[in-house]
Amino acid sequence: MIFSETFEKEIMLNFDLTKEQEMIRKEVRRFAAKEIAPVAGDLDESEEFSVELTTKMGEIGLFGMFVSEEYEGQDMDYLSYIIAVEEIARVDGSQAATIAAGNSLGIGPIYYFGTKEQKKKYLPKLCTGEALWGFGLTEPTAGSDAGGSKTTAVLDGDEWVINGSKIFITNAACEMTMGVTVQAITGTRPSGKPEYTCFLVEQGTRGFKAVPMHKKMMWRASNTAELYFDDVRISKDSLLGEVGDGFHQMLKTLDNGRLSIGAMGLGGAQGAYEAALKYAKDRIQFGQPICKFQAVAFKLADCAVEIECARNLLYKACCLKDQNRAFEKEAAMSKLYCSEMMGRVVNHAVQIHGGYGLMKEYDVERFYRDQKLLDIGEGTSEIQRIVISRYIGC
Amino acid sequence: MEIIVLLKQVPSTESFIEIAEDEMSIKKDDIKFVINPYDEFAVEEAIRLKETHGGSVTILSAGTDKTVEAIRTALAMGADKGILINDPAIEGCDALGTARILAAVLKDTPFDLIIAGQRAVDDDNFQVGLAVAEFLSIPHISMVIKQEITDGKIRCQRTVEGGSVTLEARLPVLFTTQRGLNEPRYASLPGIMKAKKKPLDIKTLEDIGLDSEKAGKPMTKITAMKFPPERKEGKIIEGESAREKAAALVMALREEARVI
Ligand SMILES: Cc1cc2nc3c(=O)[nH]c(=O)nc-3n(C[C@H](O)[C@H](O)[C@H](O)COP(=O)(O)OP(=O)(O)OC[C@H]3O[C@@H](n4cnc5c(N)ncnc54)[C@H](O)[C@@H]3O)c2cc1C
Repeated sequence: MIFSETFEKEIMLNFDLTKEQEMIRKEVRRFAAKEIAPVAGDLDESEEFSVELTTKMGEIGLFGMFVSEEYEGQDMDYLSYIIAVEEIARVDGSQAATIAAGNSLGIGPIYYFGTKEQKKKYLPKLCTGEALWGFGLTEPTAGSDAGGSKTTAVLDGDEWVINGSKIFITNAACEMTMGVTVQAITGTRPSGKPEYTCFLVEQGTRGFKAVPMHKKMMWRASNTAELYFDDVRISKDSLLGEVGDGFHQMLKTLDNGRLSIGAMGLGGAQGAYEAALKYAKDRIQFGQPICKFQAVAFKLADCAVEIECARNLLYKACCLKDQNRAFEKEAAMSKLYCSEMMGRVVNHAVQIHGGYGLMKEYDVERFYRDQKLLDIGEGTSEIQRIVISRYIGC
Repeated sequence: MEIIVLLKQVPSTESFIEIAEDEMSIKKDDIKFVINPYDEFAVEEAIRLKETHGGSVTILSAGTDKTVEAIRTALAMGADKGILINDPAIEGCDALGTARILAAVLKDTPFDLIIAGQRAVDDDNFQVGLAVAEFLSIPHISMVIKQEITDGKIRCQRTVEGGSVTLEARLPVLFTTQRGLNEPRYASLPGIMKAKKKPLDIKTLEDIGLDSEKAGKPMTKITAMKFPPERKEGKIIEGESAREKAAALVMALREEARVI
């Protein structure tokens, strides 16, 4: 009897967030409405990364949410972090990118794979939002296919010497950037495949140059960089983990990163949907609000359904991760579904806004552009489908 | 310095308010609740005082289970502990009843300063802070926009028609807040986690030595609640010149609106 009671409890689904998670959503939403919403359009238009706003996001604790207090983190679960990204993305994709990349790609690898000394040295500044860190994987000849990488690192006495270049690296060339994690080839495996290792390279190291990339279609207020390594010499202990760990570290980092890209799709869709719903109630044509026309109402109903599905999938993936269970398949599914779902939602949102939706005065115009990155960054939709198809045994 | 903040949870100003069937209250099911904005100024001011003078900030509220959220938010902003008087009798309380309950708690709590909102934006009574000060026989200074504490005295500034006055009183004092006093901070995310571990005492009226029958019994009663009449459509006065328009306006004010 007792057994069956506990058993029943254990299999029960619980869709409620904790009080703390609810509070995080509320506070981040309030912050985003007050601090980000008024400037998001202008920063996008002027293609400006805002140090001021990033500092403020750091002050309320948006960096290092999943890092332990020992390193100035907030020691929260992953779902709390994902909710925070979702709420920022509900208002602006660029700022959400700064947060998501700062946490998942900047802080994550150092926290999960770094030595105690490395963590002590870098994490406190990164977790308080005083500084940012990039994660350099993509190269001009190696996007989806890491095998095309050309950047190399060679051990020369007590120093590693890095040569090569990286492209599209978020948070890697702004005033706040403290350094980057860079993946390089350090040899050949017995299988004949290249051996990858990750290194921590500080800003200002001789021969290392980070150049901001401009004229982006989306994430215009987020910092994106090209990195050049020209005989960059770093000490032997600037290595992340062990020689040859690079590939595995990259995969782990991307598994986590997928959750935050999913959060950006979910939050962005939520923001665009709310804007469209409000507009459809206010806009009068043929003597009635356009939301009364079935063609418009059904679009909004579809958006509501898809957002609900996306949230359930993404939160489930986080829930699995927070329980230390396998979440990788669900993370890939969330990244794919949330990203593409936002594409459908922003398309409807702009359509519902009519001509006004094509004007910068309306936020949906920005959301429409910002969405496209989600289908491409941190593994394209095609690559997600490859990953998922492998998980399901194709 | 021991600082007490009187805090009420009220419907969010963004919520869509509907009057309930009884026409004497509002529907509470679907609305979002927040800290009364004037109390938020009080929380912020209390935390700032603590930051300069040391001591602790206690949040005191009379409410329901839901009120825990508001107190936790204040704790996440930086207050140290919370006391919630949670009793079914509180639901029907009027302003004086609420003040009596809060004062009963404070009779046994040491404090140097009490800060309250000038009013709660739901009932707009402007009474609770004032009445608490009265029950405790301490000075009350209303609608403060600036304060300074030195040598056991508080100097408060508040606006009056066409200017400002500065009032001084010896602590303990109760003052109420006015817009402009400060800009409340966000509850930071680390603050939210820390708030989890801060003490929150939940008590019934009986626990604080009050008879719930008597203490909660209102002396005033709401008999009706109405929305303001819907605004009629505006009218634009047409005319060739300002003179012509002014003449038409005067005519309309006299004949149609009958206000002059
Ligand atoms: C704003 C921005 C920020 C970024 N930030 C970072 C960062 O911080 N760090 C970092 O390392 N990278 C970053 N990236 C890079 C991003 O991860 C890559 O752009 C992405 O992985 C795709 O690589 P690619 O652009 O070279 O496209 P390619 O790999 O050349 O792909 C081109 C097309 O071919 C398809 N394709 C490729 N291979 C296959 C296949 N096997 N089967 C089917 N289709 C295939 C792709 O899906 C895509 O549609 C960022 C990119 C952008 C635009």
